Amino acid sequence: MAAEAVRTWRRPPILIKDWRWRWGIYAFAVIYLVLAVSSVEVNWARVYEGLERGWRFLQGFLVPDFTSRWRDIGSGLVESLTMTVTSTIVGVLLAIPVGIGAARNLAPLPVYLVCRSIVATSRSLQEIIVAILFVAMFGFGPFAGFLTLTFATIGFMAKLLAEDIEDIDEAQAEAVRATGASWWQVVNYAVQPQVMPRLIGLALYRLDINFRESSVIGIVGAGGIGATLNTSIDRYEYDSAGAILLIIIAIVMLAEYSSGFVRKWVQ
Amino acid sequence: MLTVKNLGKTYKTGDRALNDVSFTVEAGQVVGLIGPSGAGKSTLIRCVNRLVEPTAGKIFLGDTELTGLSGAGLRTARRRIGMIFQEYALVERLTVMENVLSGRLGYVPFWRSFSRRFPQADVDKAFALLARVGLTDHADKRADALSGGQRQRVGIARALEQDPELLLIDEPTASLDPKTSRQIMRLIGEICTERNLPAIINIHDVVLAQAFTQRIIGLKAGEVVFDGTPDELTDDVLTSIYGEEDWTAMRRKDGDHHDDTITDEERMAGLA
Repeated sequence: MAAEAVRTWRRPPILIKDWRWRWGIYAFAVIYLVLAVSSVEVNWARVYEGLERGWRFLQGFLVPDFTSRWRDIGSGLVESLTMTVTSTIVGVLLAIPVGIGAARNLAPLPVYLVCRSIVATSRSLQEIIVAILFVAMFGFGPFAGFLTLTFATIGFMAKLLAEDIEDIDEAQAEAVRATGASWWQVVNYAVQPQVMPRLIGLALYRLDINFRESSVIGIVGAGGIGATLNTSIDRYEYDSAGAILLIIIAIVMLAEYSSGFVRKWVQ
Repeated sequence: MLTVKNLGKTYKTGDRALNDVSFTVEAGQVVGLIGPSGAGKSTLIRCVNRLVEPTAGKIFLGDTELTGLSGAGLRTARRRIGMIFQEYALVERLTVMENVLSGRLGYVPFWRSFSRRFPQADVDKAFALLARVGLTDHADKRADALSGGQRQRVGIARALEQDPELLLIDEPTASLDPKTSRQIMRLIGEICTERNLPAIINIHDVVLAQAFTQRIIGLKAGEVVFDGTPDELTDDVLTSIYGEEDWTAMRRKDGDHHDDTITDEERMAGLA
């Protein structure tokens, strides 16, 4: 029995079979990385200055000042929350028909193409760019912010809803269709129960994305807590800025935990 | 009465699932459709209610030609045909009652079904059917809270809620244990007798088919190769449908559990 040779085994390469190509690609990637990093010009004097400013910022963080600008912070916060809630609700309501239309297993081809292009348009434009456009159109303030977030919500929700609808268990839809149900009844009885938990989960997720985005788009003039934050940084009031950041973190964390709880509950 | 004339189905991929299939099912007749996987059994019953579009031939339910219907006409025809599925195909997040009532979707307008306000007669019928299949206490449970056998009973109640003139049954026992399988087959048989309802049962298990149907159609590669009574289904015929195999072993196993004289108590115990 000693004559039996030991059979060794190594995982065969799966993506690129030829070893020359494989190592060639690795070498290219490493060389490119080295060249790219060396082409980045770093001004160490400015890095040093930046660190110093960062340190002041951190100090402001450690002694956040909630009181002296509380009126501005409070009104910014209310504005942001209003923007967030209204844009999420309106956005989700508009996203549902678009999402159904963008699901290939429910919608005929022309409807599908129209809805998919709505989704693509909404998703290809970053919130800040949309906010700049709406601010230019409707002036500074939360209305531009509301429109921006609604627009972004439609693309996000409709795409994910459509994908969820395309993933449903077809057997359940087939069974409902076999009873003689109309298209609306199939949507209501076979599709809706299957996608509802995910729809609720996504809407809550979008709610907290919208809150975060509302603080970003404030910087380009679309109102909300972002505008307050921008003002306080411009005035070098890092202690107020620190307070605002802490509030944003607290609200996002609250949204995160509560949405996790709700998602489990609706399963 | 169901009449299938020269039915053919060729899928877009070029696969020929059915070829020149013809037969007639009289009222009250329970037909077992047997054949190897891929013989076209599923395609055949799905052609009848047009979940799959046939490419040749005609199908008549009573005087209505099912092939060629579309829109509202097709929906009206579908509600006359109850279908029971493999793996139950209940809407899992709906309650048992909603699943049974969904058998009325072809009869009620959208807003009534949307607001779950079905006509009282439909609700009465649903409760009566749940009682018939032994699930009265489970009406408000979610469908995914039930066991396999219970779910299939809900599937049967959903099909009967349609007041069907024909039952199409696709592998009703494929995911059930042997005892529950026999109970489900017996229940289907009893219901078809009670209502003088014709049924086509697409089934893998030859022994079950022989025990619970009055007529067997054998399908092989999309063509009818056998059409006769369960007694005529000899070993030679089985070989012509499925290919060479020692069939005596299968039949011997069957002899062990002839429990058709099961008592009502046992029957209810099996529902749990």
